[in-house]
Amino acid sequence: MSTEDQKNLGLKNEDQQEPVISRRYFLAGTACLSVATAVSLSPLLNAEEVPSGDDFIQKHYKELSDEEKKEIFARLEARIDKQYGVSTSISDPQPMDGVEFAYVLNLGRCIGCRKCVYACMKENNQSRSPQKQYIRVLKMKKGTINLETSSHDYPEKEASSEDFFYMPVSCQQCREPKCIEVCPVKATWKEKDGIVVVDYNWCIGCRYCEAACPYHARRFNFAKPQLPAEELNPDMGYLSNRPRYMGVMEKCTFCLHKTRRGEYPACMEVCPTGARKFGNIRDPESEVRKIIEQERVFVLKQEVGTLPKFYYTFAK
Amino acid sequence: MNTGSPRFFSDLAKTVLVGNRTYTIWMLALIAVSMLGLNAFSRQLAHGLYTTGMGDEVSWGLYISNFAFLVGMAAAAVMMVIPAYVFKDEEIHKVVIFTELWAVAALIMCLLFVTADIGRPDRLWHMFPVIGVFNWPMSMLTWDVLVLNGYLFLNLYVCGYVLYKKYTGQKLVARHYVPIVFLAIAWAPLIHTITAFLFQGLGARPFWHSGLIAPRFLASAFSAGPAFIILVFKIMEHFKCCTIHEKVIAKIRVIVTVSLLVNLLLFGSELFTELYSGSEHSIHLSFLLGFHGESVLAPWIWSAVVLNIIAAIILLLPVRENPRFLNVACVMIVVGIWVEKGLGFVISGFIPTPLGDFVQYQPSLNELTVCFGIFAFGLLIYTALLKIAVPIINGQLCHRKNHN
Ligand code: SF4
Ligand code: SF4
Repeated sequence: MSTEDQKNLGLKNEDQQEPVISRRYFLAGTACLSVATAVSLSPLLNAEEVPSGDDFIQKHYKELSDEEKKEIFARLEARIDKQYGVSTSISDPQPMDGVEFAYVLNLGRCIGCRKCVYACMKENNQSRSPQKQYIRVLKMKKGTINLETSSHDYPEKEASSEDFFYMPVSCQQCREPKCIEVCPVKATWKEKDGIVVVDYNWCIGCRYCEAACPYHARRFNFAKPQLPAEELNPDMGYLSNRPRYMGVMEKCTFCLHKTRRGEYPACMEVCPTGARKFGNIRDPESEVRKIIEQERVFVLKQEVGTLPKFYYTFAK
Repeated sequence: MNTGSPRFFSDLAKTVLVGNRTYTIWMLALIAVSMLGLNAFSRQLAHGLYTTGMGDEVSWGLYISNFAFLVGMAAAAVMMVIPAYVFKDEEIHKVVIFTELWAVAALIMCLLFVTADIGRPDRLWHMFPVIGVFNWPMSMLTWDVLVLNGYLFLNLYVCGYVLYKKYTGQKLVARHYVPIVFLAIAWAPLIHTITAFLFQGLGARPFWHSGLIAPRFLASAFSAGPAFIILVFKIMEHFKCCTIHEKVIAKIRVIVTVSLLVNLLLFGSELFTELYSGSEHSIHLSFLLGFHGESVLAPWIWSAVVLNIIAAIILLLPVRENPRFLNVACVMIVVGIWVEKGLGFVISGFIPTPLGDFVQYQPSLNELTVCFGIFAFGLLIYTALLKIAVPIINGQLCHRKNHN
């Protein structure tokens, strides 16, 4: 192009020499760059968790055949055996027909002792360091239900005080769960019995569900979960309490490995005051159904429209 | 004359690799910082996101903040493309490619920030359509993936087409790229609107749950983006890479001013609704502004507001004609909007948590290093692209010339 054209473009460039580049300079540059890249990547040698080839190509839970599931469970059992020296069996109980679980919690009885918090952690093999808890007990001044002035890390001696009431909050197993809508890879979904689960092998760890949950119910494994072998609960469900990976989401599953066998969830079993009731809301004879029909119950944050299956009541 | 394509790439490589001293030092510095970032990212991969300052309370931090900011910077290219192609402004048309290249660099940074934020980047393939499970149209994140990659592709195509044709000295055929330009014009506001929808669609977070978020995103982007472009043009002039017409700068300045004023208006309107009503909803904002106990964010957000207001005043007074003042105003806008959008918008949505817990967020050193690394890498790419584009547009780097 001529200088005339250049003027028309309104641009001028004073650095006009033809670029030259020597072979030596180029090779030396490439070598330096490769070494620098290798050094930069070196922390990967100490990676705390490296997915195996099988892990890497594993499909979404719902796309697995029974055969594939068997193989995967066996692989996980072997890995747990090797890592913790505990022999376990991973079960995969399916939702039962005509069953939808619901919870009722009597705030009039809860004394804020937080036994449920720790029973849950033990039952569900949560990381002990850093500690992950599904249940948060909020200590609230009598006369308000104001979350912003509540506290959850009150000292032990402030439990069962007359001036406060205590409100345990965990996953509300919503009928319209916002958490599953937002997941970009459908790694979390609602099962037929209403329990919202996470496929720990499919979650990509974007934490969008954590931002979308109105009850702060989801927990993310920012670090590799640490769990002493002697505290491992060997009764494991694939979609519930098997050990989790680094970088994935987890949450309360209503102890589905127990409840789908007809047992109660760990938090309810441990509660010393009987504040917790759990059962099948579709069964007209069940205790939860009767309470919901006969007593005055409410749900937390009704205005967000998630339709929780976790009810609260203030009874004697 | 052959097609010139093998020569095209080797010529480009040579142009990028050879430059004067300032250029070499600048590029080496960017490479060094990018490497530090890569090193920090490897550490994060090895030990998890625990190496960042994030936690279950503030579960998105600087990565997503920078992402939201940069999507805006990428979308803002459209504010130059519209006058160039729709209103046929000749002066802007000559330099519009530099802003389209900026969109490319900004989008690459966006994608890197998202990758850095994800807990399991090894599982990113789960999100690919067909081989993975793509929760479209339910999840806004899948929409965002589509529009961002689409916008990147459109801009790459337009830039690649224009540069290649100019290099080979062929005539640009309007129907081969102008329709794509118009598609990109429609697409640009989309990327930022959908990124806003990521947040404003969450009923769980009252701070984000407002219809004003998308318009505010656009207004702030359309002022920070062009302000940044003014600075780039000034720097290019300073280093005598090329001269930019005064008229171009003046026109961009108008765009910056109007957008900044709209942004301030929207911000003021939101401030009023939240604080005057004093409802529960306003707790995030009053915390952010420091009215509700100690907040590490408060000094930041107040400086951002002050920066934006001073910049607006400069741009409205006659001193705006003075290049020094204009530069200062542009820096203030870019910094102010980065703080407003990143720290002020993304992070305060998490404080307090939905259960009323006030947890502060402080990014870790490793996290900051990753951020700097990504910014350096983006600037590296942008500088390299400009290094190629300037001589081609000037007509100094072309196929014919190298052969005769
Ligand atoms: S409480 Fe949160 S995590 Fe549980 S189902 Fe509802 S939205 Fe999902
Ligand atoms: S963190 Fe996992 S489960 Fe949650 S939205 Fe992201 S991919 Fe889905």
